[in-house]
Amino acid sequence: MAYNQGSIGQTVLGVDKVSKVYTMGEVKVEALRHVSADFYEGELVVLLGTSGSGKSTLLNIIGGLDVPSEGRLYFRGKEMTAANEDDLTAYRRESIGFVFQFYNLISSLTALENVQLVTEISPEPMAAEEALKLVSLADRMNHFPSQLSGGEQQRVAIARAVAKRPELLLCDEPTGALDYKTGKLVLDVIRKVNEELGTTTLVITHNVSIAAMADRVIHMRSGEITEIERNERKLSPSELSW
Amino acid sequence: MKQLNRKLLRELLRMKSQMLAVAAVVACGISVFVSMSSVEYSLKSTKASYYSDYRFADVFMQVKRAPESMLENVRNIQGVAAVRSRIVADVTLDVPGLNEPASGRLVSMPDRKVPVLNDVFLREGRYIEAGHPEEVIASETFMEANGLKIGDRVGAVINGRWKELVIVGMGLSPEYIYEVQPGAFFPDNRRFGVFWMSRDALEAALDMTGAFNDLSLTLAHGASEKDVIQRLDDMFRRYGSLGAYGRSEQLSDRFISDEIKQVGIQITVLPAIFLAVAVFLLNIVLKRLVSTQRDQIAVMKAMGYTNEEVGLHYLGFAMVPVAIGAVAGTALGIWLGLGLTKVYEDFYNFAELIYYFRFEEVALSVLLSAGAALVGALSAVKRVVSLPPAEAMRPEAPVVYKPGFLDRKEFQKKIPVSVRIIVRNLERRRWKTAISVIMIAFAVAILIAGRYSYDAINHLILVEFSGKHREDLTIIFNESRPRSVQYNLASLGGVLEQEFYREEPAKLIYEHRSRRQSITGLKTSDGLKRLVDAHNRQIQLPETGILLTTTLADILGIAPGDTLTVEFLQGKRRTVRVPVGGTIDELLGLSAYMRIDNLDRLTEEADMVTAAYLRIDGTESEKLFADFKEMPDVAGTSMLKAMQESFEELIAQSMTTSTVILTTFASILAFAVVYNGARISLSERARELSSLRVLGLTRHEIAFILLGEQAILTAIAIPVGFLIGIGLSVLLALALSSELYRMPVVFSNFNFVFALIVIVAVALFSGIMVHYRLNRLDLIAVLKTRE
Repeated sequence: MAYNQGSIGQTVLGVDKVSKVYTMGEVKVEALRHVSADFYEGELVVLLGTSGSGKSTLLNIIGGLDVPSEGRLYFRGKEMTAANEDDLTAYRRESIGFVFQFYNLISSLTALENVQLVTEISPEPMAAEEALKLVSLADRMNHFPSQLSGGEQQRVAIARAVAKRPELLLCDEPTGALDYKTGKLVLDVIRKVNEELGTTTLVITHNVSIAAMADRVIHMRSGEITEIERNERKLSPSELSW
Repeated sequence: MKQLNRKLLRELLRMKSQMLAVAAVVACGISVFVSMSSVEYSLKSTKASYYSDYRFADVFMQVKRAPESMLENVRNIQGVAAVRSRIVADVTLDVPGLNEPASGRLVSMPDRKVPVLNDVFLREGRYIEAGHPEEVIASETFMEANGLKIGDRVGAVINGRWKELVIVGMGLSPEYIYEVQPGAFFPDNRRFGVFWMSRDALEAALDMTGAFNDLSLTLAHGASEKDVIQRLDDMFRRYGSLGAYGRSEQLSDRFISDEIKQVGIQITVLPAIFLAVAVFLLNIVLKRLVSTQRDQIAVMKAMGYTNEEVGLHYLGFAMVPVAIGAVAGTALGIWLGLGLTKVYEDFYNFAELIYYFRFEEVALSVLLSAGAALVGALSAVKRVVSLPPAEAMRPEAPVVYKPGFLDRKEFQKKIPVSVRIIVRNLERRRWKTAISVIMIAFAVAILIAGRYSYDAINHLILVEFSGKHREDLTIIFNESRPRSVQYNLASLGGVLEQEFYREEPAKLIYEHRSRRQSITGLKTSDGLKRLVDAHNRQIQLPETGILLTTTLADILGIAPGDTLTVEFLQGKRRTVRVPVGGTIDELLGLSAYMRIDNLDRLTEEADMVTAAYLRIDGTESEKLFADFKEMPDVAGTSMLKAMQESFEELIAQSMTTSTVILTTFASILAFAVVYNGARISLSERARELSSLRVLGLTRHEIAFILLGEQAILTAIAIPVGFLIGIGLSVLLALALSSELYRMPVVFSNFNFVFALIVIVAVALFSGIMVHYRLNRLDLIAVLKTRE
């Protein structure tokens, strides 16, 4: 249960004064302004903010989908700021697990195959079946996405994300497309993965209630971090309500 | 509607590469249609006006010698409109600058220029003058091939006397639109020419005063050609008639009519293929467009646009590229038509081949392409128009996959996930997969069929020039000679080998069918001249009986074992019955062969020959040629090699041009199908592919998934295309074959290799273009939206 204690591990990822400016036609939009934060081994962090707060931009930069306009990004002490396209692909391939709001499963592949898609290209993956067992879908692994409910699809997505044993699990509004009950079930799977595998997990959401399951909560507004708060009384997802 | 049009325009621009591909396919189809139909019309109308302006005859007949007084009897035959008698003679020529002897056909003309049947169009110079027996009008092609000018002189041996002819005019005639030596199929314009000269001069030179040996006539409206021919045959039997015949047996008309028919065939097949592909492409492109714009359609309807307005808007996506294609295709078609007309001017000697372009062709091509656009767009547009707005607002139901071929146990482990994605996608939409394969296969087939004619002609050249003939030249005597003529030839230095044969004009009759056809008497089937069939296999001359070419046997409806009635048209004009000893499938013309001694026996005229094949010593050819030029009995010589060269030269350019055009068109077709297929897959699966990129797959890995699908389609399409191509070629062979020649069904390996290379190159090229787009996938945007 060591992981459950909060910020005791080493720094996995460091964000140092990162800014991001988008040029939209003739207008420049500052999506991030001098954002700094560290993420530690084994912790579960909730990144909280309304739409337009810059949380997705930060997640994209952390996940290697985007590069900062200014500032630095460190992964395991190695600077990622100057990484090229190939380095970023390798980074995503080996170190990052993604869970998306709309699951983004490959519709032509079964649950098991969707997970295998990742295990095929990872250096030390867990068995795809094992990953599905972890999300309690061992019995539905030969179903296609169209045969699964939304919650089930999202659990497959989680299994797919963790099967490579990523260093960092990034969940972008994982319950955004799900109903209340199913959403809680999915959050419980995320908790379970965080606790049982010790994967550093970052959940971004606009749903304040979800913050209660985090070790730390990062509040964002207008491209800036307004507060980083340590959650002293961590709740399990089943105790959450919104 | 203004804003909708703006939307249409902008979105068309955004999809420009896909739309251009559709437009290009339409343009190919329309251009073939416009060019072929305009050329067909141009040839037809040029021929018709040439025939009528220069009074081309309807019925022709050669006789040995008939008195001029017979003309009155001919005029009295019911149904005869106008008659003309002529003296026609084939002679050996001595042309300045040409070593070997050439052959000339001398055709008599009235001394004063008056309108006559089979008249001469004077291109340059003047008409012959009375009192100048040496003056001639020479055929344009012959003069051009030999670089002759007005005022030049040509030597001729007429009736054993050497004469000098002076060219005063350059002319052409509807009788010789296709100008070949008698008995030949390929034009050799350097060594054969037609000369029109004074009737008086020819009468004197050939001792034909008050007589003629050639008759032509036109028929009155509604007259029966068959009846007139019957009457002529009866009337002129005793004057050595070789049988009257209509235009359908007149060689030049036959060639040009066959050509027009062949052009006509090409009007339908290729455009149909191209338009079918355009329909398919429009359909898949529009279906995709409509499904990505479901929400927009819902909004439009919510705002109060009617179903018709929305429907028309999307129909615009089909109409605009098709209209562009139709306009471009029409322009290209006119340009191709003009070019093709130029090619035909090389083959056929028209006074003036006018390229006619008619409004009907434009109208029809617009109609055809609008039809294609409508058919292609309709099902896609109908689907969306019928959706109620609220339903259209909702995202489309997710794609349903079912376990398929790959989900059998034995495959489970072995196949990488990326391959499974590819195969499932192909499996899920079997119809689309099948149609895509067929469309790409069409491109392969067009390549195969396009080069097929090249292979066929090469094979024909091989069989005709190498397989059948081993002689260097053929000399034709102006009438039957005793076989002892061989001693004369042998005495000439340089003749290494000689082989005589005998051509005996006859009428072959079986049941109610009959045909004018010379019988060739040969000594052996394996001498200098060999009897070989379409596949270059040797055929034996039967010991007794007659050997007919397959086409001739078909015309007569006769089979080996049946007995043929033969009416000889010369000498004792005997009528005999001869068993058919076999058939031979020859590529060119119609022939009937038998052993020369059998022919001698049947005609009761022994030891007669009409021509000889010679093998000569190259080092002594010059002297030999000089001797031939002065030999009195020689009506003409033909040189095999020269004929081959001139034919190859004639055909080479048009073959290259048609190969280039067809290859380009087929490439456009293949590109449009493969590229649009990949682009639509990309659009459908951008989200999936981006997700994969986010999950850590490299660009190449997702490119493999996307392009792998197109690669498999292409790979399946190639053998299918080979089969369709072979089928199409066989149809082409059947359609293009006539009594004059049969297209052999042969394919070179290179044909298939070439098609393979072109298709693979085109597929790679479209792959590279799509790959380039893959690199620009927006990974972030796609994750934020539901499709």
